[in-house]
Amino acid sequence: MRQKVIWFLVAAVGALAWAVLALARGEHVSAAWILFAALASYAIGYRFYARFITYRVLRVDDTRATPAELKNNGIDFHPTDRRVLFGHHFAAIAGAGPLVGPVLAAQWGYLPSTLWIIIGVIFAGAVQDLVVLFFSMRRSGRSLGQMARDEIGPVGGVAALVGALSIMVILLAVLALVVVNALAGSPWGTFSIAMTIPIALFMGFYLRYFRFGKVMEVSVIGAVLLVLAVVSGRWVAESGWGAAAFTWSPETLVLALVGYGFVASVLPVWMLLAPRDYLSAFMKIGVIALLAVGILATLPDLRTEAFTSFAWEGNGPVVAGALFPFVFITIACGALSGFHALVASGTTPKLVEKESQIRVIGYGGMLAESFVAVMALIAACIIDPGLYYAMNMPAATLGPNLESASQAIANLGFTITPEQLSAAAADVGESTLLSRTGGAPTLAVGISEILAGIIGSKAFWYHFAVMFEALFILTTVDAGTRIGRFMLQDTIGNVWKKFGDVSWKPGLYLSSAVIVGAWGYFLWAGVKDPLGGINQLFPLFGISNQLLAAIALIVCTTLLIKTGRARYAWVTIIPLVWDVAVTLTASWQKVFSSDPKIGFFAQRDLYQDALDAGKTSLGSAKNVDEMEQVVLNSTVDGVLAAFFALLVIVILVDAVRVWIISLRRREVDTTEDPYVESELYAPSGLITTAEERRKMKALS
Amino acid sequence: MTWRSFWRLLREFTGDRAYEQYLEHRAAAHPGEPVLPEKEFWRLRTDSRPPSGCC
Repeated sequence: MRQKVIWFLVAAVGALAWAVLALARGEHVSAAWILFAALASYAIGYRFYARFITYRVLRVDDTRATPAELKNNGIDFHPTDRRVLFGHHFAAIAGAGPLVGPVLAAQWGYLPSTLWIIIGVIFAGAVQDLVVLFFSMRRSGRSLGQMARDEIGPVGGVAALVGALSIMVILLAVLALVVVNALAGSPWGTFSIAMTIPIALFMGFYLRYFRFGKVMEVSVIGAVLLVLAVVSGRWVAESGWGAAAFTWSPETLVLALVGYGFVASVLPVWMLLAPRDYLSAFMKIGVIALLAVGILATLPDLRTEAFTSFAWEGNGPVVAGALFPFVFITIACGALSGFHALVASGTTPKLVEKESQIRVIGYGGMLAESFVAVMALIAACIIDPGLYYAMNMPAATLGPNLESASQAIANLGFTITPEQLSAAAADVGESTLLSRTGGAPTLAVGISEILAGIIGSKAFWYHFAVMFEALFILTTVDAGTRIGRFMLQDTIGNVWKKFGDVSWKPGLYLSSAVIVGAWGYFLWAGVKDPLGGINQLFPLFGISNQLLAAIALIVCTTLLIKTGRARYAWVTIIPLVWDVAVTLTASWQKVFSSDPKIGFFAQRDLYQDALDAGKTSLGSAKNVDEMEQVVLNSTVDGVLAAFFALLVIVILVDAVRVWIISLRRREVDTTEDPYVESELYAPSGLITTAEERRKMKALS
Repeated sequence: MTWRSFWRLLREFTGDRAYEQYLEHRAAAHPGEPVLPEKEFWRLRTDSRPPSGCC
């Protein structure tokens, strides 16, 4: 009875919060309503839907030994405390993605993004992570690619591999572009990011040669050094030599990042990657907690409308296209992210102690990421809309100076004076904030407004936030290049054995160079793109991420059908249908739309025709070279969008064939590990219940 | 939760307790057999670490 009252209250709070968000017109709504709507919905989703999936659909069995218990070697397989594993899993899935997507999607208003982040995570993202984790755990931690090959066949396997590799390349290019846009012409930012490299190296050597395994100690030292790097950045930037040494052009930053990516990928893990990972995890959890406290303490008002006119007309300056389908590909991480299937089918399943714990680790971990996305959305929606557009429009649209930028924003229907623009930049210690696209700087402004309301200056928090986001991104650049290199070495290793040996030096250098070259190409093209690289590349990133999610959901559905759970297959089919609809609609518009702002080929034709007609400038492209650049970029991007859509169709058709065969056969066909009885006992949820405590006491 | 169990959990989370956990595992599963010396253990652990991290 008490339970029922509590859940009734949670539902009532949630319903009230949603009503306030949906019905508010004209007046400012407090960000607290988004938080309440999110938390109440998560609680209900976790209590009822996640429970249903875990116990009814997947039928987890706590008498069954997990791979961690069976194959325990004390190193990569070992039963890990669920609270520790929750933290590790969360740190592995949440990076810069949930921070960037919602900021860009704020152009459509706060409501579409809020709805998608919260409903999407409950019915799609968290379900995907949970189901993939379950099936991989029942198969000794087999990867998504291996499961696709085993269950669907070679076509599925190849599609999963190609999908994973291409999303990696686009993802790295987009994230690196975010860093370039945040750091170009910002000596303070560039200095503090550059300092993360010697700090990580110091930590690596310290752990390797002086203090083995003292991870906490070295992480604290590293975090203190990082804060010092941010603080001293102002002094460096204001000194003559510092400004000269650390004011970099976008092109220089691209070369530096590509070089860094290559070196980081060939260096041993302990030197750079491992310490960076420690530092990232440390900062991630710290800053997210800080932001949550900041939002709760200041309860800022949302300054964006529920829906902007861009939502219907599709003429938004940040990401082209209407609300459907583009909100759903712009926000991937936080609502539904195919990338997570790679984590949920790799390291995590080898460490789970008890089957029922996957509910909190898989589903709960994704809810936590979704909450990060909600906070990023809030941070973007509380800043002045005029400033938001000034930061997120392509430089060419804003024109050469503050006056032209102010005019361009007035044309959109928002007001910000040139004085306000220069004051906003001065507030955060930058010379300009115009066209700092990519989401990270906007989020940093939002964070600085929230946290400076409590302690410290806006300039400090802005650069702290930029450093923190770039730190994640550089860790992803490092890890992603390495994962891509392993995939490449593994694939080519099938035909040329020597190449598959990951420690063979020539192969190591060659495969690293190929991966770095691939994302470096898109990064360079993005920086040089007169139409704004983020505007062009972000939809491709979203499409490729949702493509990977489609592959993961297809593998999950196949497994549900094959293992005799067909009557519950709708659990993954519903998000799959939605995801395929979104991905294919987005690809269709990107390929076939006759609006040159949306369709890549329409854009290509527009510029090609102008070139053929002998014109020497068009729109944002100021000369023939730039026009040719647009033609080349839109061709490559258009071909990729078409390719991703084809890949989804091929794997879906192949999987449906397997589903039909399996349903006709009517017998359970499983690739699961055999049942072995468990000798362990452990609680299921994050908090140990009284009954579980009694049981543990009785056993010990 | 007591401070003590919280501290232990935190050390497990950061990885500080990994060698202790490895020794506990060896003692329970393979008693009397030789174990890796601490330095060796940490090297093996970092070097075999798969890259994690996501978007």
